[in-house]
Amino acid sequence: MQWLNAVIQGVLLGGLYALLAAGLSLMFGVMRIVNLAHGVLAMVAAYLGFIFVNNMGVPWYLAILIVVPIMALVGYALQWGLFNRALSKGGLAPLLVAFGLAVVLTQLLQEIFTADNRRIQIGELGTASIQITDSIYLGWFPIITFIVAVLIIAGVQLFLNRTPLGRAMRAASDDPDTVKLMGIDNRRVYALSTALALATVGLAGMFIGMKTQFSPTYGDLVLIFAFEAVIIGGLGSLWGTLAGGIVLGVAQAVGSQINPSYGLLIGNLVFLAILAFRPQGLFPKAVTT
Amino acid sequence: MSLLSLEAIDVHYGDFQAIYALDLHIEEGETLAVIGANGAGKSTMLKTIAGLLTPTSGSVVFEGRDISRTPPFKRVPMGIALTPEGRKIFRSLTIEENLKVGAHAKRPGPWDLAKIYEAFPLVADRKDRLGVNLSGGEQQAAAIARALMSNPRLLLLDEVSLGLAPVVVEQIYDALPAITAQGTTVLVVEQDVNQSMKVADRVQCLLEGRTVLEGAPANLSRDEIAAAYFGI
Ligand SMILES: Nc1ncnc2c1ncn2[C@@H]1O[C@H](COP(=O)(O)OP(=O)(O)OP(=O)(O)O)[C@@H](O)[C@H]1O
Ligand SMILES: [Mg+2]
Repeated sequence: MQWLNAVIQGVLLGGLYALLAAGLSLMFGVMRIVNLAHGVLAMVAAYLGFIFVNNMGVPWYLAILIVVPIMALVGYALQWGLFNRALSKGGLAPLLVAFGLAVVLTQLLQEIFTADNRRIQIGELGTASIQITDSIYLGWFPIITFIVAVLIIAGVQLFLNRTPLGRAMRAASDDPDTVKLMGIDNRRVYALSTALALATVGLAGMFIGMKTQFSPTYGDLVLIFAFEAVIIGGLGSLWGTLAGGIVLGVAQAVGSQINPSYGLLIGNLVFLAILAFRPQGLFPKAVTT
Repeated sequence: MSLLSLEAIDVHYGDFQAIYALDLHIEEGETLAVIGANGAGKSTMLKTIAGLLTPTSGSVVFEGRDISRTPPFKRVPMGIALTPEGRKIFRSLTIEENLKVGAHAKRPGPWDLAKIYEAFPLVADRKDRLGVNLSGGEQQAAAIARALMSNPRLLLLDEVSLGLAPVVVEQIYDALPAITAQGTTVLVVEQDVNQSMKVADRVQCLLEGRTVLEGAPANLSRDEIAAAYFGI
């Protein structure tokens, strides 16, 4: 029963990891940008949420509705002002820009909020749970997080598959030069992709901020989890990312069940095993380039 | 007034000059073939017309407007479409999705999905396949169809016959009358001289970035063309 409990908790946690990883996967998928600032951007969202909820008394669900659009705008501006220029330089430029951005943002958060641990208050929702069997209790908050994560991932994937803009994003990913010949401004498509990616990062950051204590450097751990989920899932689709997040979540939860200090270790080992034996991930892209 | 004029354009790749003071005029409704050996500068010229390259001097004039510095994605809504060398079909999109991306500019005109499927049965049969899973001939047909989806006034075709079996080339060129019948102006670039002579109203031959021969196919002898083509 304990093991079943661990697996279920792991699946719920995995939803959050997948949501966290979705933006990273999207930016890499469309623009081949490895966004090293991904984790700290999630922390920016968490601190924004902290201000709205803890300082201004906005309910958490309303705070999400404010923070997500802000992050989307930040994404659009970052892509237009920073990453598009870096992409036109080619080579390592986008990676270096992302790294620089991560360093600057971490410092900035530390300057403004100090290195103290914070948490976004959600009141009794933080502890409310539902009993499934004698020994299995599921927290409402992890359940809500999981449902939102799956809905958002499904929504983004449908958006990519079905809408003209989503199609343009996939086309730009295949061939950025040819996309221009279709009358598409690929810089604008990129800006909208990053806006979408950061909207999901904003949501994930808010959920992390409500789930655990965070500090500016917590973004590093967040970045690693997101990376691991993306690599485990494979870069084919966001469904892969969802699966990757869940595998990582279950590995960590089962690891913690073995020994409370093993959670991260087992998660990392599963990641390394996938990297070694199935480097294309569980759900690789059907099309190889 | 010509639909498109290149006025003494120079085009460089870094320090390397690929095109030298090239002039070219194409009238509305005309089909012009630009021929030339490998490296003559044909693709470079088409990319400059489409906006992927910017001339270092001279100008590209479309419908009387200087568009030399207009980015490529703004030239599509004006009515310029390029089927690039190598087809460049989006590999992870289905053929129908490729066509829909081609219609992104939403230019009004005769071509839509239904019309395309009618004119290109080969494309219709393959519409749900991923671009990566098409043969060269299917990709070429799909690439032309995709360009038509923007309802261009000027259609630029780069090396339609490259790497394709003669039968397939015939099939693809068979679709050309249906395109020109809509009043579309066509500029074809070919190494295959015979094929382009058959369809063109006028031929212009390039050699190392310069025009060396120009005229209606009927007025040009084979020897003249061969001499211009190979620069002998
Ligand atoms: N990206 C590039 N960078 C540098 N030089 C280039 C580039 N593309 C083409 N060139 C050079 O410019 C010249 C013209 O090339 P272009 O591709 O326009 O020739 P082409 O007439 O289309 O030849 P082909 O029939 O082989 O397609 C060639 O000498 C080529 O080496
Ligand atoms: Mg060429």
